[in-house]
Amino acid sequence: MNTNDSKGIWKVIGASSAGTLIEWYDFYIFGSLATVIASQFFPKTNPTAALLSTLATFAAGFIVRPFGALVFGRLGDIIGRKYTFLLTLIIMGGSTFAIGLVPGYETIGFAAPIIVLLLRLLQGLALGGEYGGAATYVAEHSPENKRGFYTSWIQTTATLGLFVSLGVILITRHSLDTDAAKSIAKFNDWGWRIPFLVSIILVIVSIYIRMKMKESPLFAKLKTEGKTSVNPLKESFAHKTNLKMVLLALFGATMGQGVVWYTGQFYAQSFIENVCKVDFDQSRTILIWSILFATPFFVVFGGLSDKIGRKWIMLVGMLLAIFTYIPLFGNLLSTTDIKTKTEITEKKQIDSSITTIAKTNDALKKTVIKTFYTDGMQMTETRTDTLFAQAGKKEAKPDIKISKLISDADYWYMVLLVFVMVLYVTMVYGPIAAFLVELFPTKIRYTSMSLPYHIGNGVFGGLTPFIATLLTTIYTDNKLVGLNYPIIVAAICLVIGTLYISNRIDKNVND
Amino acid sequence: MNSIKKFAGIIWFLLAPVGMYFLIITALHEIEKTPVIDTKIQWSVFIIVFAPIAIGMMIFGYYAMKGEYDHLPTSSDEITD
Repeated sequence: MNTNDSKGIWKVIGASSAGTLIEWYDFYIFGSLATVIASQFFPKTNPTAALLSTLATFAAGFIVRPFGALVFGRLGDIIGRKYTFLLTLIIMGGSTFAIGLVPGYETIGFAAPIIVLLLRLLQGLALGGEYGGAATYVAEHSPENKRGFYTSWIQTTATLGLFVSLGVILITRHSLDTDAAKSIAKFNDWGWRIPFLVSIILVIVSIYIRMKMKESPLFAKLKTEGKTSVNPLKESFAHKTNLKMVLLALFGATMGQGVVWYTGQFYAQSFIENVCKVDFDQSRTILIWSILFATPFFVVFGGLSDKIGRKWIMLVGMLLAIFTYIPLFGNLLSTTDIKTKTEITEKKQIDSSITTIAKTNDALKKTVIKTFYTDGMQMTETRTDTLFAQAGKKEAKPDIKISKLISDADYWYMVLLVFVMVLYVTMVYGPIAAFLVELFPTKIRYTSMSLPYHIGNGVFGGLTPFIATLLTTIYTDNKLVGLNYPIIVAAICLVIGTLYISNRIDKNVND
Repeated sequence: MNSIKKFAGIIWFLLAPVGMYFLIITALHEIEKTPVIDTKIQWSVFIIVFAPIAIGMMIFGYYAMKGEYDHLPTSSDEITD
């Protein structure tokens, strides 16, 4: 590859990655701010609003993404990669910006949750169309011996998008006032809109960069020769020879890759915050550090896949996840378990306050208990009881919230544990774009690779935090039971991948 | 190796209906236990989303049984015929 070609490919990677990163950023901020958004748009006191909230969470992430893959995949194979992933970027950026502008439920009533739901659906659709386009675009510009290496840069964007979204949220949350508590209150009130509004600047820059890019040379050649597909959906899924490869890609690769990804980067954070009860900021910064340290390995494993093939790197990642998830999550749990700590009894603080509930004779009793431990951990238990004025009225169940500020040693140990999980993510995810691109012919590549990718990641992966959490509510005596879902899915995928997938690197993706 | 692939095809073919059966039984049990709209939506979404995937798994198992994966295409010409 000469210097001009080399410069060209980095421009292609830069333009594709920047846009994809922004799309992931846009998609994640909604999830990361779910609690704040729910209080603004989906008040729990109203059952219909709560219903819309559930739909917004589920529909956008899991149902709509594969549809986005079909809609935009088809477009990408008919009109071209460049214009399609430009369109997905505009839809994603526009809907994210608009979410930041929608007035709350208190101002416009039911219109608010309905508008937010529709915008969230658009986000899901756009995301479903983006990845296949970006991966195909980069792969079709890459030389055969570096396809894994170059496409792995696209793979970093999903993780970096999460990293940037967590960073922007934390910075905004702490910079709205000099007083930390006031700053958080302002953030929950109106400051949450800033990360949504900021995205429009990033999107405009990215659109400008992408506008200047040329169409993929392989697709342009097909178009000139009049050989593009007339009906990519039919050719992808109605022809047995291609359908069997789509099914193999899903059950032998993306299904396992999806659960390993979502367990390492999403369920891990949810587990640290909700099961281990680690403080809001600490649980997020643990993930930020882990991602920061692990991200270079996407490129390492992508590059390695050019030398030894894609198959075994992905399957070893799944194998390690299957055998080490229980001890890794078990260690997260035991590190924060107060039974393993020694309390400093003389430092214990208990504060109580009673406030009357407006327009009633009832009151709320708030008790804050701060417990300190010899290793430096501090646990805050906030208990809120309702005190009824009317004699004999049934006492409501107290609301108990626990938050643990862990010591530095425990903090960095948890960073290490999550880093290992994200390392598995880099193994399964780094080579996947090159693997998928090589599996399908140019004229139906966008459509064919997008669907298994988004079913594997959107459905199998996206449902991981929900199903895992759900399992813990069904089998309450085992806090690690939620891991059975990713372990079983990854194990099935590992066996199918081992038996049926080839480790051959396809030298020619021009066909 | 090809005979193992074909035999394993039977497992994939059966895994899909067995998985769906357990999913539906669990869904009915959970909805009965907590009959609120959130539970109904959650489990309905799981069933609606996983049903076509289960059909896909059955097709995959069927193809494997028939030996469709004994030889994987080495060129796109073999796919676009």
